[in-house]
Order: sequence, then C-alpha cells, then structure tokens
Amino acid sequence: MTDFSALSLTDVLAGLEAKDFTAVELAEATVSAAEAAQPALNAFTVIDGARAVDMARASDARRAKGEAGVLDGAPIAIKDLFAVKGVTTTASSNILKGFEPTYESSVTQNLWDAGAVFFAKTSMDEFAMGSSNETANTGPVINPWRAEGSDENLVPGGSSGGSASALAAGISYGATGTDTGGSIRQPAAFTGLVGVKPTYGRCSRWGVVAFASSLDHPGPFAKTVKDSALLTQVMASHDPKDSTSYPGEVPNWVEAVGKSVKGLKIGVPKEYRMDGMPGEIETLWSKGAEWLRAAGAEVVDISLPMTKYALPAYYIIAPAEASSNLARYDGMRYGARVEGEDLIDTYEKTRAAGFGKEVQRRILIGTYVLSAGYYDAYYLKALKVRRKILEDFERAFAQVDAILTPTTPSAAFGIGSKAKADPIEMYLNDIFTVTANIAGVPAMSVPAGLDASGLPLGLQVITKALDEATMFTVAGAIEDAAGFKAKPKRWW
Amino acid sequence: MSVTKDDVRRIAALARIAEPADRLDALTDELNGILKWVEQLDEVDVGGVEPMTTAAPTVLPRRSDDVTDGGIRDDILKNAPKSEEGFFVVPKSVE
Repeated sequence: MTDFSALSLTDVLAGLEAKDFTAVELAEATVSAAEAAQPALNAFTVIDGARAVDMARASDARRAKGEAGVLDGAPIAIKDLFAVKGVTTTASSNILKGFEPTYESSVTQNLWDAGAVFFAKTSMDEFAMGSSNETANTGPVINPWRAEGSDENLVPGGSSGGSASALAAGISYGATGTDTGGSIRQPAAFTGLVGVKPTYGRCSRWGVVAFASSLDHPGPFAKTVKDSALLTQVMASHDPKDSTSYPGEVPNWVEAVGKSVKGLKIGVPKEYRMDGMPGEIETLWSKGAEWLRAAGAEVVDISLPMTKYALPAYYIIAPAEASSNLARYDGMRYGARVEGEDLIDTYEKTRAAGFGKEVQRRILIGTYVLSAGYYDAYYLKALKVRRKILEDFERAFAQVDAILTPTTPSAAFGIGSKAKADPIEMYLNDIFTVTANIAGVPAMSVPAGLDASGLPLGLQVITKALDEATMFTVAGAIEDAAGFKAKPKRWW
Repeated sequence: MSVTKDDVRRIAALARIAEPADRLDALTDELNGILKWVEQLDEVDVGGVEPMTTAAPTVLPRRSDDVTDGGIRDDILKNAPKSEEGFFVVPKSVE
C-alpha cells in the first residue's frame, strides 16, 4: 500500500490521475491518520470522516468523467477560523462553542470548487491571538517535531498551529491558515513547512472569523513551494463580498516556481539582526543569501529603519481592531450566553465567561487605546507609524526585487515554557513576520535547515505588493539549494 | 501613561466584560507593561504623516443597489442561544 503520509500535494494529484489510488482510499487513509494522531497531537477540533468520504466519492466520479478540478481528490485541512457550512466553527473559543455556520467562507468554497476534499477543522490560538497554539479552548496543540534525544513536547507555533502540526505529521496535503502578525509563517517555520501570506486582499476574508480586519490574511501551508503556489492560486480570487478583496486577475504562480533568480536583486535588511538571536539563525540567513548568489542573484544590504517599531504599532492596531470586531459576541444572536440580572449584566457575564485570558487582555488594550483622551496618543500615532513602515518597504523595493530574512528569532520552544513570562516575550515571536502584515506585502516562509538539536528553521522571502510571482521564484530557489528533506521522527 | 486598577475596571466596563476581580492586580501590571513597551513609538517623528488605515491599494468599491440576499430567517436564527416563533429572545432592553 502507498505510504500516503510521505506524499506532497503534487504527488497525490499525480497518483489520483494515474489511478494509483482513488480519492476515497486517500480520504479514508487521511481520516485514519488524523484519528490516530489526535490523542497525541491534539491538532483537530473536528474530524469528519463521513463528509470526507462523500466528497471523495464525488471527486472520483468527476475524475472518471474527465472533469477533475486542479485539486480534485486532495484532502485539505481547514483552520477553525474558516466557516465551513454545517461544520462546527469556533475559532477555538468557548464563546462560539457549538456554532454551526449556515454559509461557506469564500476561500474554502474556492478549494471545494477546485475539487479539494474536506476532512477536518484544525485547532488554533483562540481567535488567532497567539504564537504557540496554547490558548485554544480544547488545549494546546503539540508539534510532531521533537529535539533530538528529548521527549519534551514542543509548541507548533501559532496561531495556525493545528494546521501546521497536522501537515507536518503527514496528515493532509495542504492546509489553510490565517496570518495577522505571522500566524502562518511562524508555525510553518516551527514545523518544517512552507507557509504563505499573500498580498492583503488576494484571499477573501469573507466567512473568516475576524480578528484584525486590516491585518488578517488567509493563506496556505504546504509541503513544497510548488504546492504552496498551487494552493495560493486556488484560494485567491476577487470576492465582491469582501470590500478589500483585490479585483485584479490571479496569475499562474505555479509557473513562477523553478524560474531562475538570475539577475534578481535580493535585499538583506540589517535591522533583522537582533540581540540574543541564536548564532545558527544568523548562519542560516547568510547561507540563504549565499544560495541565492550562487544561483545568479545579486545580494545587497538594505535598511528598513522602522522595523523595531512594527511590533509595538501592531500591538496597538491589532487589539484596537479586535476590540471592535469582537464586540459582536454579546450572547444575543449566536454563540454562548450566560444569563445575568439584566441586559448589561448578561453581556458582561457572557463575555467574561466566553473569552479566554489572552483575548480579554487584547480587548482591554484595544478598548483603552480607542477610548476618549487616548485615541490620538496611541491609535492615531500607531497608524502614522504604520505608514512609515510601508514607506520603508516602498523605498527598499525601489532598489531590490525581494527581501530575505529569518522567519523567527528561535526554533520551536517547549509547551508551557513561556507561561510565566511577560506577555511581551510571546509577542516577540512575530518580530520578523509582523512588518509584512503592517505593510500588506506578500511574504512566505521556506524551511531551510535544522538547528543543532534537529529542529526546523525557516527563511522568509518578502516582495512588493502583488508580486507573489517573484516571491515564489525566490522561495523555489531557496528550496532547491537547501534540499530540506527532514521529517519529524514518528512518536505519536 | 499608565493605568490604575480603577482604570482597568472602567475599561472592562466599556468593553462589557465583567470586572475581572480576581485578576485585577495582575491585569493592571500586564496592561502597564504593554503600554510602557508600545510607548517606544514616541521616538518616531510622525510630523506630516497621514495615518494608514488599510493596506488595500484600491478605493472602496460600490455595487449596484440590488437585493442579493434574504429570506433565510431560519438560517439566521439557527445559532441563537434563545429564539421563539421566528424571533431572537433577549433580555429586556427597553424599560
């Protein structure tokens, strides 16, 4: 029998086309693998074997008639932030416990229209607020990777940690995530996967539970750069239901993978060299630059002087938008309700019981920075700094075609290891990824090597708005040169 | 700027979250830590800079004024914590 877990998305699509196996066989194997891994990894909030087999059967029928779509028969895991019609969707929060959408998110609709098979929803940090996937109401998600010789459970990163953990464990052939400050790229780096945050507006936010609307970017996780280009291409579309959806055409990004980087100018920003960053990340970064140089690109030093202000600006803007977006959870029309003495008391008790600690913390910060007397000092100031960060990128992209940085300042860390620390220590995980959310430019993480303890590390490629093609070309060149083939040793 | 316990109580009331009585001290410290950290933005000269509210490069689109949705009452009520005879049931809100 085929070892499905080792196959990429491109592999399974070829296997289905060659009739090596059927979509039903693939779906059944995927569901079994998910069920077997769930007690150890806790990556899923829902596993729906019946729906998977139904969709796979329909896929086999389409393929038999020669009507297969570009993803036909491939199981794709869906982050619990995306509404899937008739499947419990909770954003890993108690306040949405049991919520069953009667509509489909545009991104998942695009996947099903291309023939993809639904089999599971994946766990996440509650409302996508976190970098470790420890705040889900269903408990922490475990990374399938472990340090050599250790049995300590590590975080998969967050907030899209369930998607990352599942795909890294060889369950599924692609997964959706959302990235508001790094929530696709950081977990991708922690689990040896490719993670893509396209340009703001490429993938519709319609039907995606809102966190910070001006920063939220749906995107895919994949095992290879080519797979990631294909998934991004399918997920992206113009959607009249999202007023910020980009109206232009979606290019063929798969064709961009494998193109030469010869003649491209790659910028290395000096501000991404942080104090206390492990030497091996610095070494990997230099190696990445060397790989691109050897492939014919020109590597130049650049400066993004506003980099250090991106994270503080983010922790004003994102909570402000979240406090406004999450005001809708009042226990009246959907979600959990805790009855109080009167209307206000009901609101207050509902929200105190329904939101977890980190979500409450961010709502309070957001409420404060938007409140009378503080709006100008915090929120307006952060929006002005945001423009200066965008201008940094605009200046850089007048000189270079792409920017190369590390994805994260460390490899995956232990479950609970930051529990006693200041919340800011957790926030610092996103220090290299958050700038691209602030500016809305495309960015992706590519697995590039292992650290001394055998844990994966990623490099990040950033390009100018709407130039995902160059991003996929550069990421493809890094993938080729890195030859990253490592997989987590199976213990689950 | 920093917040006091009273400020945190007031912010929680504004946010419609029941007073986090058992966490009030810890929360006050945490919020002050975050506020102190974000104040590094004061180092940036933002004179003459327009605030940036979106990364979407296009102006907000307008569509024709057509009815494109509706007639889905049961769908809308499906997830209601309480409903009766096609209505949401909520605590009394008008005296």
